[in-house]
Amino acid sequence: MAERGAVPHVSPVRRRVLDLVRSFTSPLLPDDYLELVNPLWSTRELRGRVERIERETPEAVSVLIKPGWEWPGHLPGQYVRLGIEVDGIHHWRAYSLTSAPGRPDGCIAITPKLVPEGKVSPFLFGRVRPGAIVRLGGVEGTFTLPEQVPERLLFISAGSGVTPIMSILRALAARGELRDVAHIHSARTAETVIFSRELRALHTQEHGYRLHEQLTGERGRVAPEHLDEICPDWRERETFLCGPAGLLAAMRERWERDGAPQRLHVEHFQPYEDLGGEHAGAGGTINFCKSGVQAASDGSQSILAAGESAGATLSYGCRMGICHSCVGRLRAGQVRDLRTGRVHGQPGETLQTCINAPEGAVEIDL
Amino acid sequence: MAATQMQGTATEQGFSAAQSGDASAGHDANAEPQSPLARLTPEQIEQLGREFDAIHDEVYADLGERDSRYIRATIKLHRQLVLAARALLLGSTLQAPWLAGTASLSLAKILENMEIGHNVMHGQWDWMNDPDINSQTWDWDTASPADAWRHSHNYEHHTFTNIRGKDRDLGYEIMRIDPHQRWHPIYLFQPLYNLLLMGFFEWGVAVHDLNRGAIHSGEKSKEQLLEELKAIGVKARGQVVKDYIAFPALSALAALVASRGSVESSKRSFKTTLAANFTANIVRNVWAYSIIFCGHFPDQTYTFSEAEVADETRGGWYVRQLLGAANIDGGPLFHLLAGNLSFQVEHHLFPDMPSSRYAEIAPRVRDICRRYGLPYNTGPLHKQLGTVHRTILRLAFPGGKVRPKPGPYQPDLT
Repeated sequence: MAERGAVPHVSPVRRRVLDLVRSFTSPLLPDDYLELVNPLWSTRELRGRVERIERETPEAVSVLIKPGWEWPGHLPGQYVRLGIEVDGIHHWRAYSLTSAPGRPDGCIAITPKLVPEGKVSPFLFGRVRPGAIVRLGGVEGTFTLPEQVPERLLFISAGSGVTPIMSILRALAARGELRDVAHIHSARTAETVIFSRELRALHTQEHGYRLHEQLTGERGRVAPEHLDEICPDWRERETFLCGPAGLLAAMRERWERDGAPQRLHVEHFQPYEDLGGEHAGAGGTINFCKSGVQAASDGSQSILAAGESAGATLSYGCRMGICHSCVGRLRAGQVRDLRTGRVHGQPGETLQTCINAPEGAVEIDL
Repeated sequence: MAATQMQGTATEQGFSAAQSGDASAGHDANAEPQSPLARLTPEQIEQLGREFDAIHDEVYADLGERDSRYIRATIKLHRQLVLAARALLLGSTLQAPWLAGTASLSLAKILENMEIGHNVMHGQWDWMNDPDINSQTWDWDTASPADAWRHSHNYEHHTFTNIRGKDRDLGYEIMRIDPHQRWHPIYLFQPLYNLLLMGFFEWGVAVHDLNRGAIHSGEKSKEQLLEELKAIGVKARGQVVKDYIAFPALSALAALVASRGSVESSKRSFKTTLAANFTANIVRNVWAYSIIFCGHFPDQTYTFSEAEVADETRGGWYVRQLLGAANIDGGPLFHLLAGNLSFQVEHHLFPDMPSSRYAEIAPRVRDICRRYGLPYNTGPLHKQLGTVHRTILRLAFPGGKVRPKPGPYQPDLT
């Protein structure tokens, strides 16, 4: 079934009134008529209006969106699912929120990078106009600062990996909490540094923020062995890392070898199967009750992947815990969230099969 | 995409000689018209299947903004018509607003039922991935619960189209519409209940979805039946509350205010709005009935025995759909109000193709008919509907023969 936006926060009184009016519109909803006037008035799902498109670099734009209802809020570093119609077809994508929470104009911002062969980013890049209506899904993501902001921070980003970090930096700057922050950011050339003006301004104006820009076109990539030179006290810093898979793997290896791995926080914007067993558990058997398929996972394999290798036809979407296309109802057993290692599971709970692995024997209604 | 070259692939030899009256070996003189299906070789059927598949793939590869704009505009038009109608009917005690309001509401209901509801629930717009314009979430303003209808219509009728004993839409289990059906005295009343069905078609369809056969055979459990009846009840309540209580009451209130407290004019306004809404529902029912009965019951269409379609291939399925359906001629507005079911042939070939594309592919379908020597059933509304009612009258009585069938499609004759 096609994905919908998040349910907006609407006052109970308003919901009650709309419910009463339903007698006049059944089987349609009052919403269906209100949307004739303004599509943002939908109480079924949260929508937003594109307010402004700002060119950041030759290959990245920031899209400012004003939600139709009050924005439910996000933590800096989280991402939002965005639904947008391109050539008649609705597409859903996850984008890091680059705005700090609580902007005075009520807008949120995302900063997609152009993927020329993609569907959505070329549209956001060249074709979307102010006034366009988008659907806003849930806010998700665990790439966030702890409640108590650590004394010393290190951000490592490459390319568009800077986007979740920008939201964190903006929030810290607004709260005056840029106390001791080092930031290593890589981009191919000077023109392709997203948020370059803002980052450089922070660097000159804020004593607590030090930016190391690495232009890989000139100086090559940042490798783990450069850390000691660029940021000698990296081991003592709570580190947030976001970038291409190669960078993630190399850095993670260094932290595991001679750092404090629990201090490294990684944003992986990719299917979880590719991540290896960072949070793998004991594994177990899966009984797909509806299709009658039996499968087993070694603990690093998701329920979805294990089911597929056992020959089950399962529906899926993003394969990274975003879209909820793959959900199934848990009948029995416990599962482990491969993103965080958290073991959970109540009978009757609907869970995402793409990011959960069985922890022992599991029965699921799929 | 899979857009293979369409032209010149079929063989042209010899089909036109094989006219339908031509009784071949194994058929006696009184035999019914031979199905063109029997004339085609397996290779031809397979080739024809590939040609139809190619049309489908080509259209699907081309779907985009133009189509999305079309369905959104149609849905918007429906809602605007509803708003206009409901506003006009606040003044339903006066003749002009009553007429205009009733006409507008009838049009709205027709549009919602045919071009929007039927087609969205077929999944014709699911490719848009829109959560609202989606076969799984759509509900329509008729007595049929969406789920039950999708099963009986999309699955049963569109899979087993015109197979006697399997397609429950052949006569809807209450009418003798095909001479192969055994006569029973109850059919003497069919001209009468045909008229009732015309006026209350949506209720007929809702009850039909329950599947009498499955209830009798015990295939459908009591609990399930009860659940389905409850679902119809919910739909019925929705329509009754809206059309026969809420809006009449709103008109009554408006009249009460306008007349500064005259209960008499308030009562009258309630009744005239109720009458308008009732009329619109009947108009919609008669229209939907007429279009839908013209889809499979005109003289031109073939029905099939289970033996004829045993081991049917994909190509054979296409031929059966082609022979079992009939179009209605008309202009763009007529096709819109008919939900493009006036392209019943194209709809049965490609049930999940956006209806707005049927008119565009019709010439290509006709071309295939011409090259393979197959009929392309079509005719004006009065003729198609006339033959349907003639059949219903004739087959109320015992006996009856299969009507003569048209020959292969010939472009210059139509």
